[in-house]
Amino acid sequence: MPKIIVDDIEVEVPAEYTLLQAAEMAGAEIPRFCFHERLSIAGNCRMCLVELKGAPKPVASCAYAVRDCRPGPNGEPPVVLTKSPTVKKAREGVMEFLLINHPLDCPICDQGGECDLQDQAMAYGVDTSRFAENKRAVEDKYLGPLVRTSMNRCIHCTRCVRFATEIAGVPDLGTIGRGEDMEITSYLERAMGSELQSCVADLCPVGALLNKPYSFNARPWELTKTESVDVMDAVGSNIRVDSRGREVMRILPRVNELINEEWIHDKTRHIVDGLRRQRLDRPYVRENGKLRPATWNEAFETIAARLRGVAPERVGALVGDLAGAEEIFALKALMDGLGVKNLDARQDGTVLHPAYGRASYIFNPSIIGIEDADAVLIVGANPRIEASLVNVRLRKRWRRSPLPIGLIGENVDLTYPVQHLGAGPDTLADVLSGSHSFAEILRKAERPLVIVGQGALTRPDGLAILAMAARLVREFGGAAEGWNGLAILHTAASRVAALDLGFVPEEGSLTAREMAQAGAVDVLFNLGADEIDVAPGAFVVYQGTHGDRGAHRADVILPSATYTEKTGTYVNTEGRVQLANRAAFPPGEAREDWAILRALSERLGAKLPFDSLMQLRQRLYAAAPHFADIDSIAAGNLAESIDMLAGLGDQPGREPFRGPIEDFYLTNPIARASGIMAECSALAHGAKLEAAE
Amino acid sequence: MLHDRDRIFTNLYGLHSPGLEAARRRGAWDGTKFLLEKGRDWIIDEMKKSGLRGRGGAGFPTGLKWSFMPKASDGRPHYLVVNADESEPGTAKDREIMRHDPHLLVEGCLLASFAMGAHAAYVYIRGEYIAERDALQRAVDEAYEARLIGKDNIHGYPFDLYVHHGAGAYICGEETALIESLEGKKGMPRLKPPFPANMGLYGCPTTVNNVESIAVAGTILRRGAAWFAGLGRPNNTGSKLFSISGHVNRPCNVEEELGITFRELVEKHCGGVRGGFDNLLAVIPGGSSVPLVPAHEIADAHMDFDTLRNLKSGLGTAAVIVMDKSTDVVRAITRLAYFYKHESCGQCTPCREGTGWMWRVLSRMSEGRAQRREIDMLLDVSYQIEGHTICALGDAAAWPVQGLIRHFRHEIEKRIDDYAANPHSEPVRVAAE
Repeated sequence: MPKIIVDDIEVEVPAEYTLLQAAEMAGAEIPRFCFHERLSIAGNCRMCLVELKGAPKPVASCAYAVRDCRPGPNGEPPVVLTKSPTVKKAREGVMEFLLINHPLDCPICDQGGECDLQDQAMAYGVDTSRFAENKRAVEDKYLGPLVRTSMNRCIHCTRCVRFATEIAGVPDLGTIGRGEDMEITSYLERAMGSELQSCVADLCPVGALLNKPYSFNARPWELTKTESVDVMDAVGSNIRVDSRGREVMRILPRVNELINEEWIHDKTRHIVDGLRRQRLDRPYVRENGKLRPATWNEAFETIAARLRGVAPERVGALVGDLAGAEEIFALKALMDGLGVKNLDARQDGTVLHPAYGRASYIFNPSIIGIEDADAVLIVGANPRIEASLVNVRLRKRWRRSPLPIGLIGENVDLTYPVQHLGAGPDTLADVLSGSHSFAEILRKAERPLVIVGQGALTRPDGLAILAMAARLVREFGGAAEGWNGLAILHTAASRVAALDLGFVPEEGSLTAREMAQAGAVDVLFNLGADEIDVAPGAFVVYQGTHGDRGAHRADVILPSATYTEKTGTYVNTEGRVQLANRAAFPPGEAREDWAILRALSERLGAKLPFDSLMQLRQRLYAAAPHFADIDSIAAGNLAESIDMLAGLGDQPGREPFRGPIEDFYLTNPIARASGIMAECSALAHGAKLEAAE
Repeated sequence: MLHDRDRIFTNLYGLHSPGLEAARRRGAWDGTKFLLEKGRDWIIDEMKKSGLRGRGGAGFPTGLKWSFMPKASDGRPHYLVVNADESEPGTAKDREIMRHDPHLLVEGCLLASFAMGAHAAYVYIRGEYIAERDALQRAVDEAYEARLIGKDNIHGYPFDLYVHHGAGAYICGEETALIESLEGKKGMPRLKPPFPANMGLYGCPTTVNNVESIAVAGTILRRGAAWFAGLGRPNNTGSKLFSISGHVNRPCNVEEELGITFRELVEKHCGGVRGGFDNLLAVIPGGSSVPLVPAHEIADAHMDFDTLRNLKSGLGTAAVIVMDKSTDVVRAITRLAYFYKHESCGQCTPCREGTGWMWRVLSRMSEGRAQRREIDMLLDVSYQIEGHTICALGDAAAWPVQGLIRHFRHEIEKRIDDYAANPHSEPVRVAAE
């Protein structure tokens, strides 16, 4: 590796490193605006100029590679100066140019306090302005309901343009005009068509693009920052929840190279107002067909009275999509204590079952593993809306070097080119039998990746399709040494944990869909399952957070805490165990789920053996040790699972696959309570209507 | 003083036909096959020996530039791109070549492409040059018809030449912006390295040359490097097209030896400075982007790269803009500052923000509505732009302003003082474009 001297410190760096990276290795800090690790290099802000000995003028360190540096006359390593007077003068000059047309409106700018320009102006700015002319005025642009613009502040770093074209894969942003009249715009004044659009507000180094719903609500220094994970989908994106007092103000992404890099999608970020609206803040009991506010005591008494004398076979329990592992574990323990066997966490009816081994229901290759794949087959999934960050990873893989990607299911725009092979199980059978041309591609691939979505698994013939996928993976070498090519894409944050904990019916017990039928059970415990219609008849105890579908059907409502209001364990689609932390407290009389179940268990005469979350977790870890291994994946045995699955299932149907998500913005009770999400949804539907005309 | 026998562009004034037959009679396409048979290395060597320095403005040795191209292809094709985006204010030499002597350019393209292993060349013509494009296209068509170029030509070297029309942006004369534009993108300069010789057009090795550099190649090779090197002054060899405009009696394009003195150039070819040589105020010797030189310094200066560089100016494209004493030199430079503000691509900060700033300050100064201290500030701003940008447009915008302040600071000061002494009653105009 070549050597390079940065400010008298000699470092050895790979030749492809840029001077900026080399300088950082040597401990020198380089200011930058346009440069971003995950975007292409633009080199246009000129803030990162450094002096390279032998070069006639300062060079942009973000764009200049170490291999392009010439060694000294006697082969000495190239010398880079990052603190010389020339460099300081150059940077001060650039800073002055950036500031002359930048409005001095920091006091009313939301970026204030977390603004790159503000911070760097402290280091390289001067205290007075020499600019006596009028400042440039630029019209603000409309970019949709999520991103607010204040284009006077724009410094033309083009990060947003590069993000939109490179990461998000939509050509919605660009620059028009020339010279000082250059403007960033969507040109058509239309909302951006990406589910990742609000990331441009994070990327903007100044206050030109801002988080619109959060506008003028808070200052960064008055917020309490809590590191947590997202539950809007099963990816488990790492987030930072910023709260003030008991209110969550905003949600930002947190870097996790293994999962979401540093992006999150719009639903993750903008359900914040959904955490406040439609909340269940006290228990309710249904009397004479109407729900009335009640005390916890009354609610528990009503449940206990109704449960008295009911046979365990006539009782069921459901777990919804947002539940943490703790409450699933507690509910299972409570049901075990009552002798209830009708348990199910699969309200969408998916056929995944822990009986086939852990590898049969997780995203085995892991999300970062997508980058190693050399051919991809997507079956019955639309990763763009089911797991946007998985789609980002697929796009990243495709951008690095194009690879064949086949899609069986709905023909959707995934932001990268895919071969649409067919719509249903027939095509899958063709690929498996080798009669489809894509089979050859999979056979040639060394690390083929087969992604199976819930759209293929929630059907009545889901098991047959899962079996076919398993045979496919076995057939084409997807389960070889060092490569696990079967990837199950979940859409529910709670699902993998529930499967890990065995919250599924045993042979002969009722599934979620069966329990929802009229007359199937007499009493139904519903832990936040809002995506299923429970037929009239059963007495429903709903424990949840929002006045959504489940609460409307409930006979007793036990108000609980959302994911930002409790510490909970979540397992993402990869099987990675992650901790969500409490950022705020639940409203009114709402309590954390495990505590509600613990209190209820005493009234039902099946007292749960833990009095604190720590005790609960001790028992949880004893029952399922991999839950103690935070942030890592307990791998399953794929070969074994595949052997088990391959023999299963009969002939699949001919129905085309349909995605499990009707509306990306309204998939759970929190999102449905959010006004912002409703607006986004309406906009997305409007766009669809317009396109259809 | 160039003898007629040493002229390369013998039809510069369009007295004869630009067509193939007439061009052949003037010597074009004579023995081209013989030259090609001498081989790539011979051509490059000969170009190096001739001392030809690039005619596009920077004066980089052409032979050396050609030798930067990879010797053997690594699988990627090589390209020659001819920069005919002649937009530098004051410059009109390539225009005349394309109008009246296009076959010299076409032949030069073949020779240069052969020397660099390129089988395709693109001529990127300035958007406003409509007639020139037609003329060049006619010549290309003639050459194809006569099988002088094409897939299967009489020279035995498959070669295609494409004429591409720009859309009229000054920045597209910058070589990497030109490549971007040719690729169909927005004309914004690329970061270097990688240099075009490694990663140019469509990511392939590319050389970008000025029209004149390519058009003289055929004659140089035919008449020998020694002939060309014998003209002009050491390190500034050969003949060069000068475009003389401004306050001379007969503005013209003329081919002259490099190193001819300014006085001789103007007296001989342009009928002298308007109102006599003593009426000369200043000269911009190389197109709008070089600093002006005051009369007493330029009068007997040799018009070549090195002499003018020592005068802190440059030969540039040899577009000599003559200004007599009736010129409002501050306003003249203000107009140039406006040009650069208008043509800045907006990609990088110093040029995008700085050009507008300089123009605004200068437009106040040209009326005197300024403070004396702002002169130093303006100079400082120009140094903050110079050398800090991706391409040379930042430098080009800064130099005229630096030249003005260097030589005519007293003029600006006088204007400011006059304005302060006699304040106008008319309302102050606001500088909002």
